[in-house]
Amino acid sequence: MESLLWLIPAFPLAGVAINGLFGRKLGDRVVSVIGPGAVGAAFAMAAASFIALRGLPPAERLLQQTLYSWLPAGEFSASIGFQLDPLSMTMVLVVTGVGFLIHLYSVGYMHGDGGYARYFAYLNLFTFAMLLLVMADNFLLLFVGWEGVGLCSYLLIGYWFEDQAKADAGKKAFIVNRIGDFGFLLGIFLIFWTFGSVAFSDVLPEAATRLTLGGDLAFWICLFLFIGAVGKSAQIPLFVWLPDAMAGPTPVSALIHAATMVTAGVYMVARAHALYEMAPQVLALVAGIGAATALFAATIGIVQNDIKKVLAYSTISQLGYMFLGVGVAAFSAGIFHLVTHAFFKAVLFLGAGSVIHALHGEQDMRTMGGLKPKLPITYWTMLAATLAIAGVPPLAGFVSKDEILWRTWDGGHSVLWVIGFITAGLTAAYMFRLFFLTFHGSFRGTKEQWGHAHESPWTMTVPLVILGALSVVGGWIGLPAALGQPLGGIANRFEGWLAPVFEAGEHAVHEPHAIPPIEYGLMTASVAIATLGILVAYWAYLRSPDLPGRVVARSRGVYTLLYGKYFVDELYDFLIVRPFYALSRFAWRVIDDGLIDGLGVGGTGALVKRGSRIVSRWETGYVQGYAVAFFGGVFAILAYYYLFR
Amino acid sequence: MSVPYLTLIVFLPVLGMALVAAVPGTRHDAIRRMTLAVTIAHFALSLPLWWLYKSSGAPYQLVERRPWITAFGIDYHLGVDGVTVLLVLLTTFLMPLAVLASWRYIDQHVKEYHLLMLLLTTGMLGVFVALDLFVFYVFWELMLVPMYFIIGIWGGERRIYAAVKFFLYTFIGGLLMLVAILVLYFYHYNLTGTYSYALTDLLAIDVPLRIQLGLFLTFGLAFAIKVPMFPFHTWLPDAHVEAPTAGSVILAAVLLKMGTYGFYRFAIPLFPDAARVLLPWMATLAVIGILYGAMVALVQPNIKKLVAYSSVSHLGFVMLGLFAFNVVGVQGSVIQMINHGLSTGALFFICGMLYERRHTYEIESFGGLSSVMPVFATIFMIVTLSSIGLPGLNGFVGEFLILVGMFQTHPYMAGLATVGVILAAYYMLRMFGRVMFGPIDDESNRGLPDLGRRELAVLVPIVIVIVWIGVYPKPFLDRTAPSVERFVEHVTDSGLLAVEEPIEVEAPR
Repeated sequence: MESLLWLIPAFPLAGVAINGLFGRKLGDRVVSVIGPGAVGAAFAMAAASFIALRGLPPAERLLQQTLYSWLPAGEFSASIGFQLDPLSMTMVLVVTGVGFLIHLYSVGYMHGDGGYARYFAYLNLFTFAMLLLVMADNFLLLFVGWEGVGLCSYLLIGYWFEDQAKADAGKKAFIVNRIGDFGFLLGIFLIFWTFGSVAFSDVLPEAATRLTLGGDLAFWICLFLFIGAVGKSAQIPLFVWLPDAMAGPTPVSALIHAATMVTAGVYMVARAHALYEMAPQVLALVAGIGAATALFAATIGIVQNDIKKVLAYSTISQLGYMFLGVGVAAFSAGIFHLVTHAFFKAVLFLGAGSVIHALHGEQDMRTMGGLKPKLPITYWTMLAATLAIAGVPPLAGFVSKDEILWRTWDGGHSVLWVIGFITAGLTAAYMFRLFFLTFHGSFRGTKEQWGHAHESPWTMTVPLVILGALSVVGGWIGLPAALGQPLGGIANRFEGWLAPVFEAGEHAVHEPHAIPPIEYGLMTASVAIATLGILVAYWAYLRSPDLPGRVVARSRGVYTLLYGKYFVDELYDFLIVRPFYALSRFAWRVIDDGLIDGLGVGGTGALVKRGSRIVSRWETGYVQGYAVAFFGGVFAILAYYYLFR
Repeated sequence: MSVPYLTLIVFLPVLGMALVAAVPGTRHDAIRRMTLAVTIAHFALSLPLWWLYKSSGAPYQLVERRPWITAFGIDYHLGVDGVTVLLVLLTTFLMPLAVLASWRYIDQHVKEYHLLMLLLTTGMLGVFVALDLFVFYVFWELMLVPMYFIIGIWGGERRIYAAVKFFLYTFIGGLLMLVAILVLYFYHYNLTGTYSYALTDLLAIDVPLRIQLGLFLTFGLAFAIKVPMFPFHTWLPDAHVEAPTAGSVILAAVLLKMGTYGFYRFAIPLFPDAARVLLPWMATLAVIGILYGAMVALVQPNIKKLVAYSSVSHLGFVMLGLFAFNVVGVQGSVIQMINHGLSTGALFFICGMLYERRHTYEIESFGGLSSVMPVFATIFMIVTLSSIGLPGLNGFVGEFLILVGMFQTHPYMAGLATVGVILAAYYMLRMFGRVMFGPIDDESNRGLPDLGRRELAVLVPIVIVIVWIGVYPKPFLDRTAPSVERFVEHVTDSGLLAVEEPIEVEAPR
């Protein structure tokens, strides 16, 4: 098995080569087999690896393969090498599993698009890069995948490049991510500086000995790496690219901007948990940023009218939860939410895509409504996912989000818990607002749209159904002890699975232990606030639909602020982009053209010219004059030698 | 080796000139084909260098040494190290592509143009392989002349201005270098009693720091102009914009490397203590170059000028790596010389292809080209990403090693330089987006043809090497490792100043 690890990323790479080079000649039919097929094959390989990994005793669950030495230079070296431990394995299964379903969905969604082969080549390239990211056995290769997924994100956001706004959205994503990557690079430099290596196997086990707890070095390494995560996972202050990223085709939003790529930051922090545990200040920052982002994005999400924009802010908010989880050192809880989020958020995006598809590109929820009878499969799967994200038990989102909230409280971060708790209520409210506006009430679009609306083809509904089912039951792999024990002593199997990665030995999670009553109390509270959120949405959007208008009218200022996304884009434009342009222009016009070229080079030229005019006066044409000068010169030189030598 | 292999490589283009000269001047295509054949044969001839040079062998290999002007101790003295091998191959690899790219662009004085291109090749290769400083100087000036004419005759509207500026800059630098060479030559004579211009002899003597500083600055100025380092760079945008496509390509890909190569082979090893003392200043200039070049590139309305300023930024990285004075950084610097040659060379080819279609370099005149030229779009994208330093392509390998190397010794410098990575993505993607994406709003762009076979033949080989170095750079790194290790050892072990203690000069931060 170990020697075949390379096959997992190799399948999608082969898909890129075939569809990228020959896709146009092969025709859409072949392309639509190769694209999803390549990811399906990777999933099969991943499943086989999973079985092999499960067969090993927990402490030895690690498959490794080094392909070749990539960057050997002096004392630096990095290899192209893969590893599968329970954490990587989890990610690989999500990436290839959810990825395959979304590829399949794309077959229907992108049907008839002019760039069909290009689309699948990009999507396969993304899968390849994402697999590099999660399978890498060193920080540098992780970074290769990291930038690779960023590239694919750029290409796919701007997939319809004829639209300037879409192309610009892609560019923005790449550049904002680069700002994060700048931090990531500095983190890698510091890691090499400290450990003399970038391989996980050299760095992570040494973290506790080479770094001092709470020391400067640990602080800077973790902070720099986290800047990378903030960019990739769209947290405050670098979240601005993700809402714009919705310009891409909807399956891309589902795969890249919800289920997988944007969670890379969470994965990276979890992967480097040994470093982060040495930097409690940074962990606190991670948790704080996570909680703040969760709340901040949720407040924006509640007033947006574009169905994909709501989901985008929802994703930012949910990523905040994940960072809250890893920030309070509940690494497996963070990863668990990553997994369940991949299920239900994929459904939400794919369902939204199904709606958009049915309405021929309409994304404004104000012109939707009452679509339930037209799109029954979409409706029911969306309902499951919406309940899941809202945190209704026993669906997937409830289990994982509550685990994070409990661990936050348990870790003594009661303020963060309150933020997470309020966000849970907001989440239920904005998600059901979306749901009611889309599927219930009366249709507010044109008659023509209503007539054309239809359920999607099987390639789109099958992934919806599978992922919808996972949104319901997917959380049960990680039932917390508080729920598992009363149900007959079911341990938290997900935590147990990841334990060899995260376990430092101190907390033995698998042992049955007494459940503090407060855990049940908090659980009840979060169910209550979710219910409240749903009821508010129901009241405001179904029972008395004129209520939101009245609220908006009374609090115009707050509404404008939220609807305008707190005007962060405008702020950045004013504070950073414009001044930087002005400075660049100054550098060009004033320093380069004016000072260096004008005054420096031109000035020297003018000086030489004037100088030569003076010298040319000596050129009288009288030979006697030259002769005098000549002999004078010779005499002077001789005198110099005679006198001073 | 009894065959004077390096001499053959250096002077084959001159032989080729005879062949080209024999073709009647009116038969343009025949001239082009003949030159192409000569350059391809030349590449084939130079290719065995890759294997003939043994990285485990002597510092300088394939050495040829014959007395030339014995009275002055001038020898005809050639030899290569690992770095030279790569630069020679880069040159011979690009020349056939440059000829191909001139196929339609050059339609006047066709014969003269191609003769000058061949002469230029000899000059460039001579600079790379010379081991005698006098011979080096001769080739240095030799290469200047054909380039002057190529810009001045086949250039754009302001070609005379650009050509004169280019000439004066390089020539003044060259003259100062000659003075420095002579001073070193006499100093060597005073010390040893023998006249010699041989690099190996001159490396062996200890020069007091005071004199080293003066000579380093003089040599350094000539090379800094060539690199070009901020603030000696303003000749470059003019020369690039006015030069014909192939001229820009060679200028960027090869001529600029003579500056960095000059530092690597001459200025730093000859005056190692001065180099170490001046490190903070040189590194500061390099970092300024990186950031300043990127900023000015960002606001250029002219695509060729944008690429020219991006060169200032990229060459800043190369200089920074050289002055890391550790193997990692210098290795990165060396590979980045090759990378810049490939990706910026390709970018200038691409500028030329746009110009041949629209007769303008103004970014505003384009837009939406991806929909009419998909193949071109793909290749342009790959080259752009290579220039941005995307991992998996060549540019990342160099930039990363440079930065990680510099970070070991000067973390703040490296940190500042890393900002250049963000800026590169900014100005390149902005330009790419405005040229290739969006709607076609200028009707004259609608019917543009995609790449033809000749153009593919120019770009595809470069793209292949771009990917190769990105994915598997080991052969390149292995080949240069021993030379780079010797360079680093020589610089850090030189006698006058202790290595261990860092040199404290009032350093700019």
